[in-house]
Amino acid sequence: MTSPVISATSLDLTFQTNDGPVHALSGIDLEIGKGEFVSFIGPSGCGKTTFLRCIAALEAPTGGMLTVNGMTPDEARRARAYGYVFQAAGLYPWRSIEKNIALPLEIMGYSRAEQAERINRVLDLVELSGFGKKYPWQLSGGMQQRASIARALAFDADILLMDEPFGALDEIVRDHLNEQLLELWARTEKTIGFVTHSIPEAVYLSTKIVVMSPRPGRITDVIDSPLPKERPLDIRDTPEFLEIAHRVRDGLRAGHAYDD
Amino acid sequence: MRNILPILAVLAALAVLWYAAVAPMNIRGALDVADRGGAEVIPAEPRDRFEQSAWRLMMANPDHIALGYSLDRPRLPTPVQVADELWNTTGEMALRGRAMSKRSLIYHGWITLQSTLWGFALGTVLGMAGAIAIVYSRVVDMSLMPWAIISQTVPIVALAPMIIVLSSQVGIEGRGVPKAIISAYLCYFPVLVGMVKGLRSPGAAQLDLLRTYSASGVQAFLKLRLPASMPYLFTSLKIGIAAALVGTIVGELPTGAISGLGARILIGDQFGTPLAIWAALFAAAILAGILVTLLDLTQRIILRRMGMQA
Ligand SMILES: Nc1ncnc2c1ncn2[C@@H]1O[C@H](COP(=O)(O)OP(=O)(O)O)[C@@H](O)[C@H]1O
Ligand SMILES: [Mg+2]
Repeated sequence: MTSPVISATSLDLTFQTNDGPVHALSGIDLEIGKGEFVSFIGPSGCGKTTFLRCIAALEAPTGGMLTVNGMTPDEARRARAYGYVFQAAGLYPWRSIEKNIALPLEIMGYSRAEQAERINRVLDLVELSGFGKKYPWQLSGGMQQRASIARALAFDADILLMDEPFGALDEIVRDHLNEQLLELWARTEKTIGFVTHSIPEAVYLSTKIVVMSPRPGRITDVIDSPLPKERPLDIRDTPEFLEIAHRVRDGLRAGHAYDD
Repeated sequence: MRNILPILAVLAALAVLWYAAVAPMNIRGALDVADRGGAEVIPAEPRDRFEQSAWRLMMANPDHIALGYSLDRPRLPTPVQVADELWNTTGEMALRGRAMSKRSLIYHGWITLQSTLWGFALGTVLGMAGAIAIVYSRVVDMSLMPWAIISQTVPIVALAPMIIVLSSQVGIEGRGVPKAIISAYLCYFPVLVGMVKGLRSPGAAQLDLLRTYSASGVQAFLKLRLPASMPYLFTSLKIGIAAALVGTIVGELPTGAISGLGARILIGDQFGTPLAIWAALFAAAILAGILVTLLDLTQRIILRRMGMQA
Protein backbone atom coordinates (compact mmCIF):
# COMPACT_ATOMS: atom_id res chain seq x y z
CA MET A 1 0.00 0.00 0.00
CA THR A 2 1.18 3.52 -0.86
CA SER A 3 1.68 6.13 1.83
CA PRO A 4 -1.54 7.74 3.14
CA VAL A 5 -2.85 10.99 1.71
CA ILE A 6 -3.91 12.26 5.11
CA SER A 7 -2.34 11.00 8.30
CA ALA A 8 -3.21 12.14 11.84
CA THR A 9 -1.37 10.86 14.90
CA SER A 10 -2.66 11.66 18.42
CA LEU A 11 -3.96 14.93 17.11
CA ASP A 12 -5.21 17.39 19.73
CA LEU A 13 -6.88 20.75 19.41
CA THR A 14 -7.97 22.70 22.47
CA PHE A 15 -9.66 26.08 22.02
CA GLN A 16 -9.03 28.54 24.83
CA THR A 17 -12.31 30.31 25.37
CA ASN A 18 -13.64 32.67 28.02
CA ASP A 19 -15.52 29.74 29.54
CA GLY A 20 -12.36 27.69 29.82
CA PRO A 21 -10.70 25.24 27.43
CA VAL A 22 -12.80 23.38 24.84
CA HIS A 23 -11.32 20.04 23.78
CA ALA A 24 -12.52 20.05 20.19
CA LEU A 25 -10.21 17.19 19.16
CA SER A 26 -8.49 14.72 21.42
CA GLY A 27 -6.14 11.89 20.44
CA ILE A 28 -7.26 11.60 16.83
CA ASP A 29 -5.50 8.78 14.98
CA LEU A 30 -6.54 8.32 11.39
CA GLU A 31 -5.10 7.41 8.01
CA ILE A 32 -6.84 8.17 4.76
CA GLY A 33 -5.56 6.47 1.62
CA LYS A 34 -5.59 7.77 -1.92
CA GLY A 35 -8.98 7.63 -3.60
CA GLU A 36 -10.91 6.88 -0.43
CA PHE A 37 -14.27 8.40 0.31
CA VAL A 38 -14.26 9.07 4.05
CA SER A 39 -17.31 10.30 5.94
CA PHE A 40 -17.18 11.90 9.37
CA ILE A 41 -20.34 11.43 11.35
CA GLY A 42 -21.28 12.42 14.88
CA PRO A 43 -23.43 14.81 16.87
CA SER A 44 -22.92 18.56 16.78
CA GLY A 45 -19.80 19.73 18.54
CA CYS A 46 -17.83 16.50 18.19
CA GLY A 47 -15.12 18.22 16.16
CA LYS A 48 -15.94 17.13 12.59
CA THR A 49 -15.61 20.64 11.22
CA THR A 50 -12.55 21.32 13.33
CA PHE A 51 -10.80 18.22 11.98
CA LEU A 52 -11.54 19.17 8.39
CA ARG A 53 -10.33 22.71 9.08
CA CYS A 54 -7.08 21.30 10.53
CA ILE A 55 -6.49 19.34 7.33
CA ALA A 56 -7.13 22.57 5.40
CA ALA A 57 -4.74 24.54 7.63
CA LEU A 58 -7.58 26.79 8.72
CA GLU A 59 -6.96 25.75 12.34
CA ALA A 60 -3.66 24.92 13.99
CA PRO A 61 -3.63 21.72 16.09
CA THR A 62 -2.30 22.12 19.64
CA GLY A 63 -0.74 18.68 19.71
CA GLY A 64 0.11 15.60 17.67
CA MET A 65 1.04 15.20 14.02
CA LEU A 66 -0.93 15.86 10.87
CA THR A 67 0.36 15.44 7.33
CA VAL A 68 -1.34 15.94 3.99
CA ASN A 69 0.40 14.32 1.01
CA GLY A 70 3.39 13.94 3.32
CA MET A 71 3.57 17.70 3.92
CA THR A 72 2.33 19.98 6.67
CA PRO A 73 -1.22 21.18 6.02
CA ASP A 74 0.15 24.65 5.31
CA GLU A 75 2.57 23.39 2.66
CA ALA A 76 -0.15 21.20 1.21
CA ARG A 77 -2.42 24.18 0.85
CA ARG A 78 0.24 26.13 -1.03
CA ALA A 79 0.72 23.07 -3.23
CA ARG A 80 -3.04 23.27 -3.98
CA ALA A 81 -3.62 19.85 -2.50
CA TYR A 82 -7.28 20.29 -1.68
CA GLY A 83 -10.52 22.03 -2.55
CA TYR A 84 -12.88 22.92 0.27
CA VAL A 85 -16.67 22.96 0.02
CA PHE A 86 -18.43 24.79 2.84
CA GLN A 87 -21.93 24.16 4.11
CA ALA A 88 -23.14 27.38 2.54
CA ALA A 89 -22.33 27.54 -1.18
CA GLY A 90 -20.85 31.01 -0.60
CA LEU A 91 -20.96 32.03 -4.24
CA TYR A 92 -20.27 35.71 -4.87
CA PRO A 93 -23.58 37.33 -5.84
CA TRP A 94 -21.78 39.79 -8.14
CA ARG A 95 -20.16 37.05 -10.19
CA SER A 96 -21.83 34.76 -12.70
CA ILE A 97 -21.48 31.03 -12.10
CA GLU A 98 -18.53 30.75 -14.48
CA LYS A 99 -16.88 33.80 -12.91
CA ASN A 100 -17.38 32.22 -9.49
CA ILE A 101 -15.63 29.09 -10.68
CA ALA A 102 -12.91 31.29 -12.16
CA LEU A 103 -12.24 32.85 -8.73
CA PRO A 104 -9.63 30.34 -7.52
CA LEU A 105 -8.17 30.18 -11.03
CA GLU A 106 -7.71 33.97 -11.15
CA ILE A 107 -6.08 33.92 -7.73
CA MET A 108 -3.77 31.10 -8.73
CA GLY A 109 -2.83 32.88 -11.94
CA TYR A 110 -4.20 30.59 -14.65
CA SER A 111 -4.32 32.05 -18.17
CA ARG A 112 -7.66 33.14 -19.62
CA ALA A 113 -7.73 30.30 -22.08
CA GLU A 114 -6.99 27.74 -19.41
CA GLN A 115 -9.63 29.25 -17.14
CA ALA A 116 -12.27 28.90 -19.85
CA GLU A 117 -11.25 25.32 -20.57
CA ARG A 118 -11.37 24.33 -16.91
CA ILE A 119 -14.66 26.10 -16.26
CA ASN A 120 -16.28 24.15 -19.08
CA ARG A 121 -14.85 20.89 -17.82
CA VAL A 122 -16.02 21.25 -14.21
CA LEU A 123 -19.41 22.66 -15.20
CA ASP A 124 -19.86 19.50 -17.22
CA LEU A 125 -18.67 17.40 -14.28
CA VAL A 126 -21.38 18.78 -11.96
CA GLU A 127 -23.97 18.80 -14.77
CA LEU A 128 -24.33 22.57 -14.91
CA SER A 129 -23.30 23.06 -18.54
CA GLY A 130 -25.26 25.96 -19.98
CA PHE A 131 -25.64 27.69 -16.61
CA GLY A 132 -22.26 29.43 -16.66
CA LYS A 133 -23.66 32.84 -17.54
CA LYS A 134 -26.37 32.72 -14.86
CA TYR A 135 -26.03 34.49 -11.53
CA PRO A 136 -26.25 32.59 -8.24
CA TRP A 137 -29.68 33.97 -7.33
CA GLN A 138 -31.04 32.51 -10.56
CA LEU A 139 -30.12 28.98 -9.41
CA SER A 140 -31.76 26.63 -6.90
CA GLY A 141 -29.97 25.75 -3.66
CA GLY A 142 -28.86 22.38 -4.99
CA MET A 143 -27.50 23.91 -8.17
CA GLN A 144 -25.64 26.54 -6.17
CA GLN A 145 -24.01 23.84 -4.07
CA ARG A 146 -23.03 21.97 -7.25
CA ALA A 147 -21.48 25.18 -8.55
CA SER A 148 -19.48 25.49 -5.35
CA ILE A 149 -18.26 21.91 -5.81
CA ALA A 150 -17.26 22.80 -9.35
CA ARG A 151 -15.33 25.75 -7.96
CA ALA A 152 -13.46 23.42 -5.58
CA LEU A 153 -12.66 21.05 -8.44
CA ALA A 154 -11.49 23.68 -10.90
CA PHE A 155 -7.83 23.72 -9.93
CA ASP A 156 -7.24 19.98 -9.92
CA ALA A 157 -6.73 19.41 -6.22
CA ASP A 158 -6.48 15.69 -5.42
CA ILE A 159 -8.38 16.05 -2.17
CA LEU A 160 -11.92 17.34 -1.81
CA LEU A 161 -12.98 18.38 1.71
CA MET A 162 -16.71 18.84 2.15
CA ASP A 163 -18.35 20.10 5.34
CA GLU A 164 -22.04 19.15 5.33
CA PRO A 165 -22.36 20.35 1.76
CA PHE A 166 -25.92 19.12 1.38
CA GLY A 167 -27.03 19.79 4.94
CA ALA A 168 -29.35 22.63 4.01
CA LEU A 169 -31.06 20.82 1.13
CA ASP A 170 -34.18 18.71 1.11
CA GLU A 171 -34.08 14.91 1.01
CA ILE A 172 -34.92 14.43 -2.67
CA VAL A 173 -32.36 16.92 -3.91
CA ARG A 174 -29.89 15.39 -1.53
CA ASP A 175 -30.37 11.85 -2.89
CA HIS A 176 -29.78 13.13 -6.37
CA LEU A 177 -26.67 15.06 -5.39
CA ASN A 178 -25.30 12.04 -3.51
CA GLU A 179 -25.67 9.93 -6.63
CA GLN A 180 -23.95 12.60 -8.69
CA LEU A 181 -21.18 12.94 -6.13
CA LEU A 182 -20.42 9.21 -6.31
CA GLU A 183 -20.27 9.40 -10.10
CA LEU A 184 -17.98 12.39 -9.89
CA TRP A 185 -15.76 10.59 -7.40
CA ALA A 186 -15.55 7.54 -9.66
CA ARG A 187 -14.64 9.67 -12.67
CA THR A 188 -12.08 11.88 -10.96
CA GLU A 189 -10.57 9.44 -8.45
CA LYS A 190 -10.30 12.18 -5.84
CA THR A 191 -9.81 11.53 -2.16
CA ILE A 192 -12.88 12.89 -0.41
CA GLY A 193 -13.41 13.90 3.22
CA PHE A 194 -17.10 14.40 3.84
CA VAL A 195 -18.82 15.64 7.01
CA THR A 196 -22.43 14.66 7.52
CA HIS A 197 -25.17 14.32 10.12
CA SER A 198 -27.00 11.64 8.23
CA ILE A 199 -26.33 7.93 8.74
CA PRO A 200 -27.79 6.82 5.36
CA GLU A 201 -25.78 9.50 3.58
CA ALA A 202 -22.56 8.40 5.28
CA VAL A 203 -23.12 4.71 4.56
CA TYR A 204 -24.26 5.31 0.98
CA LEU A 205 -21.27 7.43 0.03
CA SER A 206 -18.29 6.14 1.95
CA THR A 207 -15.57 3.59 1.67
CA LYS A 208 -14.70 4.49 5.25
CA ILE A 209 -16.96 5.88 7.98
CA VAL A 210 -15.41 7.68 10.93
CA VAL A 211 -17.78 7.84 13.91
CA MET A 212 -17.02 10.63 16.37
CA SER A 213 -18.32 11.75 19.75
CA PRO A 214 -18.04 15.02 21.67
CA ARG A 215 -16.51 16.33 24.92
CA PRO A 216 -13.73 15.71 24.17
CA GLY A 217 -14.04 15.35 20.39
CA ARG A 218 -12.70 11.88 19.54
CA ILE A 219 -13.08 8.93 17.19
CA THR A 220 -15.16 6.08 18.59
CA ASP A 221 -15.25 3.81 15.54
CA VAL A 222 -13.79 3.53 12.05
CA ILE A 223 -15.80 1.33 9.70
CA ASP A 224 -14.43 0.12 6.36
CA SER A 225 -17.40 -0.36 4.12
CA PRO A 226 -17.71 -3.68 2.29
CA LEU A 227 -20.18 -2.17 -0.21
CA PRO A 228 -19.12 -2.27 -3.88
CA LYS A 229 -17.98 0.90 -5.62
CA GLU A 230 -21.00 0.80 -7.91
CA ARG A 231 -23.91 1.91 -5.76
CA PRO A 232 -27.40 2.42 -7.13
CA LEU A 233 -29.71 4.32 -4.76
CA ASP A 234 -31.66 1.16 -3.88
CA ILE A 235 -28.55 -0.36 -2.36
CA ARG A 236 -29.87 1.35 0.74
CA ASP A 237 -32.44 -1.44 1.15
CA THR A 238 -29.92 -4.30 1.10
CA PRO A 239 -29.03 -6.20 4.30
CA GLU A 240 -25.34 -5.23 3.98
CA PHE A 241 -26.25 -1.57 3.91
CA LEU A 242 -28.55 -1.87 6.91
CA GLU A 243 -25.92 -3.79 8.82
CA ILE A 244 -23.36 -1.00 8.40
CA ALA A 245 -25.95 1.62 9.27
CA HIS A 246 -26.65 -0.36 12.41
CA ARG A 247 -23.01 -0.42 13.36
CA VAL A 248 -22.74 3.34 12.84
CA ARG A 249 -25.75 3.86 15.09
CA ASP A 250 -24.17 1.65 17.73
CA GLY A 251 -20.95 3.62 17.48
CA LEU A 252 -22.84 6.86 17.98
CA ARG A 253 -24.66 5.44 20.99
CA ALA A 254 -21.44 4.07 22.50
CA GLY A 255 -20.08 7.62 22.49
CA HIS A 256 -23.04 8.63 24.68
CA ALA A 257 -23.82 10.92 21.85
CA TYR A 258 -27.51 11.24 22.46
CA ASP A 259 -27.70 10.88 26.21
CA ASP A 260 -29.19 14.33 26.68
CA MET B 1 -44.23 54.69 -11.39
CA ARG B 2 -46.51 52.99 -8.86
CA ASN B 3 -44.99 55.05 -6.06
CA ILE B 4 -45.68 58.39 -7.73
CA LEU B 5 -49.20 58.55 -6.24
CA PRO B 6 -48.21 58.59 -2.54
CA ILE B 7 -45.52 61.16 -3.33
CA LEU B 8 -48.11 63.39 -5.02
CA ALA B 9 -50.47 62.92 -2.08
CA VAL B 10 -47.80 64.07 0.37
CA LEU B 11 -46.93 67.02 -1.88
CA ALA B 12 -50.60 68.03 -2.06
CA ALA B 13 -50.94 67.84 1.73
CA LEU B 14 -47.82 70.00 2.13
CA ALA B 15 -49.19 72.55 -0.33
CA VAL B 16 -52.48 72.75 1.57
CA LEU B 17 -50.64 73.26 4.87
CA TRP B 18 -48.43 75.88 3.26
CA TYR B 19 -51.35 77.86 1.83
CA ALA B 20 -53.15 77.66 5.17
CA ALA B 21 -50.07 79.01 6.95
CA VAL B 22 -49.70 81.98 4.58
CA ALA B 23 -52.81 83.75 5.95
CA PRO B 24 -51.72 84.08 9.62
CA MET B 25 -48.08 84.64 8.71
CA ASN B 26 -48.82 87.51 6.34
CA ILE B 27 -51.85 89.14 8.01
CA ARG B 28 -49.77 91.93 9.59
CA GLY B 29 -48.03 92.73 6.34
CA ALA B 30 -51.37 92.69 4.52
CA LEU B 31 -52.95 95.05 7.05
CA ASP B 32 -49.97 97.42 6.82
CA VAL B 33 -50.30 97.56 3.05
CA ALA B 34 -54.07 98.04 3.24
CA ASP B 35 -53.62 100.75 5.87
CA ARG B 36 -51.15 102.65 3.71
CA GLY B 37 -53.50 102.31 0.76
CA GLY B 38 -56.18 104.11 2.78
CA ALA B 39 -58.44 101.12 3.47
CA GLU B 40 -60.18 100.66 6.79
CA VAL B 41 -58.22 98.42 9.15
CA ILE B 42 -59.06 97.28 12.70
CA PRO B 43 -57.36 98.36 14.89
CA ALA B 44 -56.26 101.38 12.88
CA GLU B 45 -53.07 102.10 14.84
CA PRO B 46 -50.03 99.95 13.78
CA ARG B 47 -48.91 99.96 17.42
CA ASP B 48 -52.22 98.43 18.55
CA ARG B 49 -52.07 95.82 15.82
CA PHE B 50 -48.63 94.87 17.00
CA GLU B 51 -50.05 93.76 20.33
CA GLN B 52 -52.74 91.52 18.93
CA SER B 53 -52.39 87.90 17.85
CA ALA B 54 -52.53 86.95 14.19
CA TRP B 55 -55.77 85.07 14.77
CA ARG B 56 -57.61 88.07 16.20
CA LEU B 57 -56.37 90.26 13.39
CA MET B 58 -57.66 87.75 10.85
CA MET B 59 -61.04 87.59 12.54
CA ALA B 60 -61.30 91.38 12.74
CA ASN B 61 -60.24 91.92 9.10
CA PRO B 62 -61.52 88.96 7.02
CA ASP B 63 -61.61 91.12 3.88
CA HIS B 64 -57.86 91.74 3.95
CA ILE B 65 -56.74 88.12 4.41
CA ALA B 66 -56.62 87.58 0.64
CA LEU B 67 -54.14 90.45 0.30
CA GLY B 68 -51.61 88.35 2.27
CA TYR B 69 -51.35 86.02 -0.72
CA SER B 70 -50.03 88.68 -3.09
CA LEU B 71 -47.62 90.82 -1.07
CA ASP B 72 -44.39 92.08 -2.63
CA ARG B 73 -42.36 91.26 0.46
CA PRO B 74 -44.32 88.48 2.16
CA ARG B 75 -43.08 86.99 5.37
CA LEU B 76 -44.16 83.61 3.99
CA PRO B 77 -44.55 83.60 0.22
CA THR B 78 -46.98 81.22 -1.46
CA PRO B 79 -45.62 78.27 -3.43
CA VAL B 80 -46.65 80.02 -6.63
CA GLN B 81 -44.72 83.17 -5.64
CA VAL B 82 -41.65 81.04 -4.87
CA ALA B 83 -41.98 79.19 -8.17
CA ASP B 84 -42.35 82.51 -9.92
CA GLU B 85 -39.23 83.96 -8.30
CA LEU B 86 -37.35 80.74 -9.02
CA TRP B 87 -38.33 80.94 -12.67
CA ASN B 88 -37.48 84.62 -12.92
CA THR B 89 -33.99 83.99 -11.54
CA THR B 90 -33.26 80.85 -13.53
CA GLY B 91 -35.13 79.80 -16.66
CA GLU B 92 -36.29 83.26 -17.66
CA MET B 93 -32.78 84.70 -17.31
CA ALA B 94 -31.36 81.78 -19.24
CA LEU B 95 -33.83 82.48 -22.03
CA ARG B 96 -32.53 86.06 -22.15
CA GLY B 97 -28.97 84.71 -22.31
CA ARG B 98 -28.13 85.97 -18.83
CA ALA B 99 -27.80 82.59 -17.10
CA MET B 100 -24.41 83.52 -15.70
CA SER B 101 -25.36 86.99 -14.49
CA LYS B 102 -24.76 87.72 -10.79
CA ARG B 103 -28.53 87.87 -10.22
CA SER B 104 -29.11 84.42 -11.66
CA LEU B 105 -29.53 81.41 -9.39
CA ILE B 106 -28.01 79.29 -12.14
CA TYR B 107 -24.77 81.20 -11.62
CA HIS B 108 -24.96 80.86 -7.83
CA GLY B 109 -25.99 77.24 -8.07
CA TRP B 110 -23.02 76.55 -10.32
CA ILE B 111 -20.66 78.12 -7.75
CA THR B 112 -22.19 75.97 -5.02
CA LEU B 113 -22.15 72.86 -7.19
CA GLN B 114 -18.43 73.21 -7.91
CA SER B 115 -17.49 73.39 -4.24
CA THR B 116 -19.89 70.58 -3.46
CA LEU B 117 -18.31 68.29 -6.04
CA TRP B 118 -14.78 69.11 -4.88
CA GLY B 119 -15.80 68.52 -1.28
CA PHE B 120 -17.58 65.33 -2.24
CA ALA B 121 -14.56 64.00 -4.10
CA LEU B 122 -12.21 64.93 -1.26
CA GLY B 123 -14.57 63.53 1.39
CA THR B 124 -15.10 60.30 -0.52
CA VAL B 125 -11.38 59.72 -0.99
CA LEU B 126 -10.68 60.48 2.67
CA GLY B 127 -13.62 58.36 3.85
CA MET B 128 -12.59 55.38 1.74
CA ALA B 129 -8.93 55.64 2.71
CA GLY B 130 -9.91 55.91 6.38
CA ALA B 131 -12.21 52.91 6.08
CA ILE B 132 -9.51 50.77 4.49
CA ALA B 133 -7.06 51.77 7.23
CA ILE B 134 -9.63 50.98 9.92
CA VAL B 135 -10.54 47.60 8.47
CA TYR B 136 -6.94 46.51 8.04
CA SER B 137 -5.42 47.91 11.22
CA ARG B 138 -6.65 47.35 14.72
CA VAL B 139 -4.59 50.27 15.96
CA VAL B 140 -6.15 52.64 13.45
CA ASP B 141 -9.58 51.24 14.26
CA MET B 142 -9.14 52.03 17.94
CA SER B 143 -7.49 55.43 17.42
CA LEU B 144 -9.18 56.89 14.35
CA MET B 145 -12.81 55.86 14.83
CA PRO B 146 -13.41 57.80 18.08
CA TRP B 147 -11.95 60.94 16.49
CA ALA B 148 -14.10 60.49 13.44
CA ILE B 149 -17.17 60.39 15.67
CA ILE B 150 -16.03 63.36 17.75
CA SER B 151 -15.40 65.34 14.56
CA GLN B 152 -19.09 65.10 13.75
CA THR B 153 -20.22 66.36 17.16
CA VAL B 154 -18.52 69.75 16.60
CA PRO B 155 -21.17 72.07 15.12
CA ILE B 156 -20.11 72.85 11.57
CA VAL B 157 -21.46 76.42 11.81
CA ALA B 158 -18.89 77.07 14.55
CA LEU B 159 -16.12 75.44 12.58
CA ALA B 160 -16.83 76.96 9.19
CA PRO B 161 -15.70 80.55 9.97
CA MET B 162 -12.50 79.22 11.53
CA ILE B 163 -11.68 77.16 8.47
CA ILE B 164 -12.30 80.20 6.26
CA VAL B 165 -10.13 82.47 8.41
CA LEU B 166 -7.36 79.89 8.69
CA SER B 167 -7.26 79.20 4.97
CA SER B 168 -6.98 82.91 4.17
CA GLN B 169 -4.23 83.15 6.82
CA VAL B 170 -2.16 80.56 4.99
CA GLY B 171 -2.63 82.52 1.79
CA ILE B 172 -5.42 80.63 0.03
CA GLU B 173 -7.42 83.10 -2.02
CA GLY B 174 -11.15 82.99 -2.45
CA ARG B 175 -13.79 80.82 -0.88
CA GLY B 176 -13.45 77.78 -3.15
CA VAL B 177 -10.91 75.81 -1.14
CA PRO B 178 -12.24 76.44 2.39
CA LYS B 179 -15.78 75.68 1.18
CA ALA B 180 -14.62 72.39 -0.29
CA ILE B 181 -12.86 71.56 2.99
CA ILE B 182 -15.98 72.28 5.04
CA SER B 183 -17.99 70.25 2.59
CA ALA B 184 -15.54 67.33 2.75
CA TYR B 185 -15.61 67.54 6.54
CA LEU B 186 -19.31 66.71 6.52
CA CYS B 187 -19.13 64.29 3.61
CA TYR B 188 -16.31 61.97 4.66
CA PHE B 189 -18.07 60.60 7.72
CA PRO B 190 -21.00 58.74 6.14
CA VAL B 191 -18.62 57.38 3.50
CA LEU B 192 -16.21 56.20 6.20
CA VAL B 193 -18.90 54.50 8.26
CA GLY B 194 -20.58 52.90 5.24
CA MET B 195 -17.31 51.67 3.78
CA VAL B 196 -16.15 50.18 7.09
CA LYS B 197 -19.41 48.31 7.27
CA GLY B 198 -19.21 47.25 3.63
CA LEU B 199 -15.59 46.11 3.76
CA ARG B 200 -16.40 44.08 6.86
CA SER B 201 -19.54 42.56 5.38
CA PRO B 202 -17.96 39.33 4.05
CA GLY B 203 -18.37 36.62 6.66
CA ALA B 204 -15.70 34.36 8.15
CA ALA B 205 -16.60 31.54 5.73
CA GLN B 206 -16.01 33.81 2.73
CA LEU B 207 -12.60 34.81 4.06
CA ASP B 208 -11.76 31.18 4.87
CA LEU B 209 -12.57 30.22 1.30
CA LEU B 210 -9.99 32.68 0.03
CA ARG B 211 -7.48 31.36 2.54
CA THR B 212 -7.91 27.87 1.09
CA TYR B 213 -6.75 29.37 -2.22
CA SER B 214 -3.78 30.98 -0.43
CA ALA B 215 -5.04 34.34 -1.67
CA SER B 216 -2.97 37.40 -0.76
CA GLY B 217 -4.36 40.31 1.24
CA VAL B 218 -4.55 42.45 -1.88
CA GLN B 219 -6.45 39.73 -3.73
CA ALA B 220 -8.89 39.35 -0.85
CA PHE B 221 -9.45 43.10 -0.94
CA LEU B 222 -9.94 43.40 -4.69
CA LYS B 223 -11.93 40.22 -5.25
CA LEU B 224 -14.03 40.06 -2.10
CA ARG B 225 -14.08 43.05 0.23
CA LEU B 226 -14.27 45.82 -2.35
CA PRO B 227 -17.06 44.36 -4.51
CA ALA B 228 -18.96 43.31 -1.38
CA SER B 229 -18.84 46.89 -0.14
CA MET B 230 -20.36 48.44 -3.27
CA PRO B 231 -24.01 48.52 -2.14
CA TYR B 232 -22.91 50.08 1.15
CA LEU B 233 -20.70 52.57 -0.64
CA PHE B 234 -23.48 53.89 -2.83
CA THR B 235 -25.88 54.27 0.06
CA SER B 236 -23.19 56.29 1.85
CA LEU B 237 -22.37 58.34 -1.23
CA LYS B 238 -25.98 59.46 -1.49
CA ILE B 239 -25.92 60.66 2.12
CA GLY B 240 -22.43 62.05 1.58
CA ILE B 241 -23.28 64.24 -1.39
CA ALA B 242 -26.27 65.75 0.41
CA ALA B 243 -23.98 66.44 3.39
CA ALA B 244 -21.40 67.95 1.04
CA LEU B 245 -24.00 70.35 -0.33
CA VAL B 246 -25.03 71.39 3.19
CA GLY B 247 -21.36 71.91 4.05
CA THR B 248 -20.82 74.12 1.03
CA ILE B 249 -23.86 76.25 1.82
CA VAL B 250 -22.73 76.61 5.44
CA GLY B 251 -19.33 77.69 4.06
CA GLU B 252 -21.08 80.39 2.04
CA LEU B 253 -22.96 81.83 4.99
CA PRO B 254 -20.25 83.70 6.98
CA THR B 255 -20.10 87.34 5.92
CA GLY B 256 -17.89 88.07 3.02
CA ALA B 257 -19.26 85.50 0.60
CA ILE B 258 -21.02 87.10 -2.33
CA SER B 259 -21.68 84.13 -4.56
CA GLY B 260 -23.23 80.74 -4.04
CA LEU B 261 -26.69 79.71 -2.86
CA GLY B 262 -25.66 80.17 0.78
CA ALA B 263 -24.67 83.77 0.10
CA ARG B 264 -28.03 84.35 -1.61
CA ILE B 265 -29.81 83.10 1.49
CA LEU B 266 -27.73 85.42 3.67
CA ILE B 267 -28.22 88.43 1.40
CA GLY B 268 -31.95 87.76 1.20
CA ASP B 269 -32.02 87.81 4.98
CA GLN B 270 -30.02 91.03 5.26
CA PHE B 271 -32.09 92.88 2.67
CA GLY B 272 -35.40 91.58 3.94
CA THR B 273 -36.38 89.77 0.75
CA PRO B 274 -37.81 86.42 1.88
CA LEU B 275 -38.67 85.54 -1.69
CA ALA B 276 -34.95 85.46 -2.54
CA ILE B 277 -34.27 83.23 0.48
CA TRP B 278 -37.01 80.82 -0.48
CA ALA B 279 -35.94 80.70 -4.09
CA ALA B 280 -32.34 79.97 -3.06
CA LEU B 281 -33.56 77.31 -0.60
CA PHE B 282 -35.56 75.58 -3.27
CA ALA B 283 -32.70 75.85 -5.72
CA ALA B 284 -30.49 74.08 -3.14
CA ALA B 285 -33.12 71.39 -2.57
CA ILE B 286 -33.53 70.83 -6.29
CA LEU B 287 -29.75 70.64 -6.70
CA ALA B 288 -29.54 68.05 -3.90
CA GLY B 289 -32.37 66.09 -5.50
CA ILE B 290 -30.60 66.04 -8.87
CA LEU B 291 -27.28 64.94 -7.33
CA VAL B 292 -28.83 62.14 -5.27
CA THR B 293 -30.88 60.95 -8.24
CA LEU B 294 -27.78 60.85 -10.44
CA LEU B 295 -25.98 58.75 -7.83
CA ASP B 296 -28.99 56.50 -7.52
CA LEU B 297 -28.99 55.91 -11.27
CA THR B 298 -25.25 55.21 -11.22
CA GLN B 299 -25.81 52.73 -8.40
CA ARG B 300 -28.51 50.92 -10.32
CA ILE B 301 -26.42 50.71 -13.46
CA ILE B 302 -23.26 49.53 -11.71
CA LEU B 303 -24.96 47.01 -9.42
CA ARG B 304 -26.91 45.64 -12.36
CA ARG B 305 -23.67 45.34 -14.32
CA MET B 306 -22.24 43.48 -11.35
CA GLY B 307 -25.19 41.11 -11.48
CA MET B 308 -26.59 42.15 -8.12
CA GLN B 309 -30.29 42.73 -7.93
CA ALA B 310 -30.37 46.41 -7.11
N1 LIG C 1 -13.02 28.97 16.87
C1 LIG C 1 -13.48 28.31 17.96
N2 LIG C 1 -13.31 28.82 19.19
C2 LIG C 1 -13.74 28.16 20.27
N3 LIG C 1 -14.40 26.99 20.24
C3 LIG C 1 -14.63 26.45 19.04
C4 LIG C 1 -14.18 27.07 17.83
N4 LIG C 1 -14.54 26.30 16.79
C5 LIG C 1 -15.18 25.24 17.31
N5 LIG C 1 -15.23 25.31 18.67
C6 LIG C 1 -15.79 24.30 19.57
O1 LIG C 1 -15.18 23.08 19.28
C7 LIG C 1 -16.13 22.03 19.36
C8 LIG C 1 -16.16 21.28 18.04
O2 LIG C 1 -16.76 22.11 17.08
P1 LIG C 1 -16.98 21.66 15.56
O3 LIG C 1 -15.73 21.12 15.03
O4 LIG C 1 -17.57 22.81 14.86
O5 LIG C 1 -18.07 20.52 15.73
P2 LIG C 1 -18.96 19.83 14.61
O6 LIG C 1 -18.56 20.32 13.28
O7 LIG C 1 -18.73 18.37 14.79
O8 LIG C 1 -20.38 20.18 14.94
C9 LIG C 1 -17.44 22.66 19.74
O9 LIG C 1 -17.63 22.52 21.12
C10 LIG C 1 -17.27 24.09 19.36
O10 LIG C 1 -18.03 24.91 20.21
MG1 LIG D 1 -19.72 21.38 11.83
